[in-house]
Formats: sequence, structure tokens, C-alpha cells
Amino acid sequence: MADNPSAGCWQRSIVLPSERGSSRLVTDDLLEQLGLFGWSPEEIFAVHLAAEEALVNAAVHGNKLDPLKRVHVECEVSSDLIRLTVTDEGPGFDPEAVPDCTLAERLECASGRGVMLMRSFMNRVEYNAKGNSVVLEKCREASLPDAE
Amino acid sequence: MATHRRIDVTKTGDVSVVTFLDRKILDEAAIQELGAELFGLVEVDNRKAILLDFTGVEFLSSAALGKLITFDRKLKTAKGRLKMCGIAPGILEVFQVTKLNKVFDIRTEAAEALAAF
Repeated sequence: MADNPSAGCWQRSIVLPSERGSSRLVTDDLLEQLGLFGWSPEEIFAVHLAAEEALVNAAVHGNKLDPLKRVHVECEVSSDLIRLTVTDEGPGFDPEAVPDCTLAERLECASGRGVMLMRSFMNRVEYNAKGNSVVLEKCREASLPDAE
Repeated sequence: MATHRRIDVTKTGDVSVVTFLDRKILDEAAIQELGAELFGLVEVDNRKAILLDFTGVEFLSSAALGKLITFDRKLKTAKGRLKMCGIAPGILEVFQVTKLNKVFDIRTEAAEALAAF
């Protein structure tokens, strides 16, 4: 863990067990920090949603809840940017191969929406080549170039 | 009558109105429990008209969406009808992004939803 208030940002590195519910070890502090840095409730909701999906994907789908594997998380929050990097110890996957859950024939599938929700609610979602690490970024509305 | 830990169920006419006891529906164990309680309304209690009132719910994850889809499917199979109301703007956006607003009958207010059964 590292805090750097003098530079106007909050940073944290944390290693999570591959357990259901472990995401709260990250999201509780992350959401609190977003509030302290003045992010709106709507923006905090969006980050919460994306972070939850990424963390659950890493533990459940990436590490298959293997107690010997960990989820590595890096967070950085400032007044205009949140960056979250989530890396699991699984074999990785191809995010482009995830079927479009909004297609008529897949609309009623009970799963497969996590990656899409991350992409919809964040400004940048980028996986590494192996597919076991994802970087999520969101910019404050006021800091975007076309924001009024 | 089953005892519920995740939902509260009342009856308005023929419609069972379900409200949620959790503000945030994201914990995997809680979602499993929620699913079991919802499914029981159809499979055990044999209820046919169900309104899910999300008033007070601030967050739900995609795993919760999955349970709602399965619940809707079970209800349709039993020739029942499901409607939803009271959905917060952020959660409504989740339904819109995933196009689940085309799968579910979503109304703004409970009164409007009840009138539509």
C-alpha cells in the first residue's frame, strides 16, 4: 500500500485471495477515495461496477477460485483519473472472443456481460496479450476534452 | 410461507410485490441466496404475477442480472408474468447497455407496473 497525498493522488497495491467476496478488500477503500477526490455518485457507481466485474472475473474465471493463486491489484485515484489494474494468475483469455451479449440469440444468457459493462462504464479497458491482466481507466467528466 | 433473508414479499391484489432487503446486490453468496428465494416464489409458492420493486437498491452486479434472467425464464415457463419498477438511474443504464430493458418489462413507478398486469 502507498499513499501519496502530496502529489494529489492515492495509490494502493494489494494482493487478494481468489475468494468470492474478496473484491470488497479493494472496492471499499477505492470508492471512499473517489468520494474524497470529489467524484460524482454517478461516476463512483460506474467505477464500482467495472471494478467489481474485473475483480470477480479475475478470481472466479481467471484463477478458478484456486486458493494457491492470487489476484494482484494496483489502484490509482486522483481528482481527474482513476486507474485500476487487475491481474490474475490464470491462463488468460481472449476478450475479443467473448460473444456479444446484446445479440438477440444471446440476450437471455445468464452470464457474459462483465467485459461489456466494463467497456461501457469506463473510458479505457485494455487487456494484455495473454489476457490475464486488464487496465481500467476513467476520467472525470469535467476533465474530458469535449466536456463543457 | 417461506422465510426470506434477501427479499420481502407482499400481495397487492393478485400481484406479489417483491422488495429487496440489500442496498447492494453484489456479494456472490447473497446473490445465490437471492436467486433461491426468487425461484421459490415460482417453483414452491406457485406465484404467477410478480413485481420486482428495486426501490432502495443502489447497485447490482452482472451476476445478479444473471439470476434475474433465470428467474424471468422460470416464470415464463410457468406461464407467469414479471414486471420491474423503482430502478435507480445507474442500474437502469446497466439494463439499457446490456439491452435487458428489451427482455424485462420495466416501469418507473409501482402503481404503473401494477396497473399493467
